[in-house]
Amino acid sequence: MSLHIENLHANIGDREILRGLNLEIPKGEVHAIMGKNGSGKSTLAKVMAGHPDYEVTKGTVTLDGLALLDLEEPDERARAGLFVAFQYPMEVPGVSIANFIRAARQAALPEDAELDAVEYYQDLYVKMDALKIPRNFTSRAVNEGFSGGEKKRCEILQLAMLAPKYAVLDETDSGLDIDALKIVSDGVNALRSPDRGFLVITHYQRLLDYIVPDVVHVMVNGQIVLSGDKELALKLEAEGYDWVEKETLATA
Amino acid sequence: MSTDTKPDLNIDRSIGDFRYDVAYEFDAGLGLTARTIDYICDVKKDPDWIRKFRQDALKKFESMPMPTHWASPDLNNIVFENIRYYLSQGTQAKRSWDEVPEDVKRTFERLGIPEQERKFLAGVEAQFDSEAAYSNIKAAVGEQGVIFVGSTEGLHKHPEIFRKWFGKVIPTGDNKFSALNSAVFSGGSFIYIPPGVKVKHPLQAYFRINAENFGQFERTLIIADEGSEVMYMEGCTAPKFETATLHSAVVELVALKGAKIQYITVQNWSPNVFNLVTKRGLAHEDAEIKWIDCNIGSRLTMKYPGVIMKERGARGEVVSIALSGDGQHQDTGAKMIHAADDTTSNIISKSISLGKGRATYRGLVQIGRHLKGCKNNTECDALLINTDSRTDTYPAITVHGKENACQHEASVSKISAEQIFYMQQRGIPKAAAMSLAVNGFVNDLVQQFPMEYSVELKRLIDLEMEGSVG
Ligand SMILES: Nc1ncnc2c1ncn2[C@@H]1O[C@H](COP(=O)(O)OP(=O)(O)OP(=O)(O)O)[C@@H](O)[C@H]1O
Ligand SMILES: [Mg+2]
Repeated sequence: MSLHIENLHANIGDREILRGLNLEIPKGEVHAIMGKNGSGKSTLAKVMAGHPDYEVTKGTVTLDGLALLDLEEPDERARAGLFVAFQYPMEVPGVSIANFIRAARQAALPEDAELDAVEYYQDLYVKMDALKIPRNFTSRAVNEGFSGGEKKRCEILQLAMLAPKYAVLDETDSGLDIDALKIVSDGVNALRSPDRGFLVITHYQRLLDYIVPDVVHVMVNGQIVLSGDKELALKLEAEGYDWVEKETLATA
Repeated sequence: MSTDTKPDLNIDRSIGDFRYDVAYEFDAGLGLTARTIDYICDVKKDPDWIRKFRQDALKKFESMPMPTHWASPDLNNIVFENIRYYLSQGTQAKRSWDEVPEDVKRTFERLGIPEQERKFLAGVEAQFDSEAAYSNIKAAVGEQGVIFVGSTEGLHKHPEIFRKWFGKVIPTGDNKFSALNSAVFSGGSFIYIPPGVKVKHPLQAYFRINAENFGQFERTLIIADEGSEVMYMEGCTAPKFETATLHSAVVELVALKGAKIQYITVQNWSPNVFNLVTKRGLAHEDAEIKWIDCNIGSRLTMKYPGVIMKERGARGEVVSIALSGDGQHQDTGAKMIHAADDTTSNIISKSISLGKGRATYRGLVQIGRHLKGCKNNTECDALLINTDSRTDTYPAITVHGKENACQHEASVSKISAEQIFYMQQRGIPKAAAMSLAVNGFVNDLVQQFPMEYSVELKRLIDLEMEGSVG
């Protein structure tokens, strides 16, 4: 059981951004991706989620044996078990957090099943408390007027409420203050389980002190060029990416 | 009466989109001439003054140009010669559902009308094409002296009240379509609430177009006598025909001193209907008239409910929601005429355009120079879903005199493909995501509706969104 990406190529317009990307995240593991700005990390997340602007030209993504890219609509992929905490979460004017997450929960149920509202709110409050999100956020429109850090916390709240099989966290740490980083990391760690895989995109090794990854990958130019353990993140932080690019050019 | 029972079932897109064949006893045929009017008058046994009223209105209608210099050129696609102006099984509305002919009754049963009546209504009128098939009020309400009948019956049985107010709020020549309605009107409600009577539950009318190439021209007149209160709700549907259908109603409300009228419309016309309606209320001293108007469906809707605040302390309100799906145009708005001191009006308009749908808001607020203490508040908000949607706002606010206050706010928000993608990533299907955004946008208005209607409206929005993503 894994989230398995094989030889993935994807374009935006005529420009190829993902160029034969390979990656496998076995269930129960946390993998991190680091890489320069513009290397294609967010693109990978959006392509898997089915963002309409990107075109997959080659390759497969297999989620626990299911051909994820065969599902056309983003919501089908989500219900198959993929969750993305976005780098830049969208504002949804007029839709409250409580109604939004409730609709998402309802969508996960079989067609004739009705969500238990009392249970839902109890669950929501427990998870909001854990993430130190004030209760009055339930009635605020999704991400509208939220601070950068509040948006990220709200993404993790959704993650916790939807309990997906695989979660991609795209720079969830950026914009978080030191206390919030700890709170959010605790939230993510609490969700780590043998039944769930994580792909954590970050620029900062500090996040990986809190959410300790099993594997660290380096992305250059739309490919994973190097993988290693947590030490790799430390080395990247200390030395930057130049050596990676040199090494991979040398072996190419 | 023969009934050819071949239901043409096609209910995928909307609850009203089905049709049973019905045998009509009276049919004025295609086209509109002085003879059509005579036919209608004969069937309805109209008094002479109504016959003259109708014939004069026909001349007026013929003399007035199509208002395409400001309104949609699509109006030119109405072919008046190809429309049938009167179709009925008789002019007498039944007082019990058991007496309603089977072929008509099952349509209303399928639309859930008798059930709603039992549950929460004080009275119901159900119009099928040109005439009310059913009309009844609860005994307790009737005993209070409340009159709730079809317009023909009102005219015959209560001429003293009818004639006093009929055509007084909306003159025949107000616009081309009010003239048309005045010529061929049939059906609609006549309601009188005696002084001090507060009708607890809503009165409901349901307008059903069943025939193809048909025009429905109901005429409603509601008079709330001093200190009385009433809530009236209307719903409407039609099956989806290949050809255009015309619905052109005139609704006049009269609220006497201290009276309150709330008039709620939830229209769900199929996308072939031209819906050209004139609605206006006359509010006397300290009286209040509130229009709550939800326009969903139709090909082109033109409707600008208004209130004339004739005496001191009168209040007028228009709350409207318009949803324009692909290929539809909702041209709606409000008219507030302040004609006395200390009158207040409030307009809240929300429009949603989807795909190639188009929404237009036209507002008119007039406060005369010699007046003082008048207030108007206008808010109009538009929500655009998908980039090619279109919205236009034409507020016309004429305020004279320094002692009056006017406040106007407008906003346009957009739901982009990116936002829909975000919602879908949480597992919410596209149609549901759009519904969620639309419901969020109109939520504060929907809360002003009686419960049953807010549920209905939400369901209609969901259906419309499902239809729009195909
Ligand atoms: N809609 C778009 N139109 C044109 N180019 C795009 C679009 N979206 C992404 N790109 C380009 O694709 C490349 C990869 O972008 P992506 O957002 O995946 O980078 P990233 O690795 O997440 O960077 P960062 O670390 O800055 O978040 C960038 O060069 C970006 O400019
Ligand atoms: Mg990025």
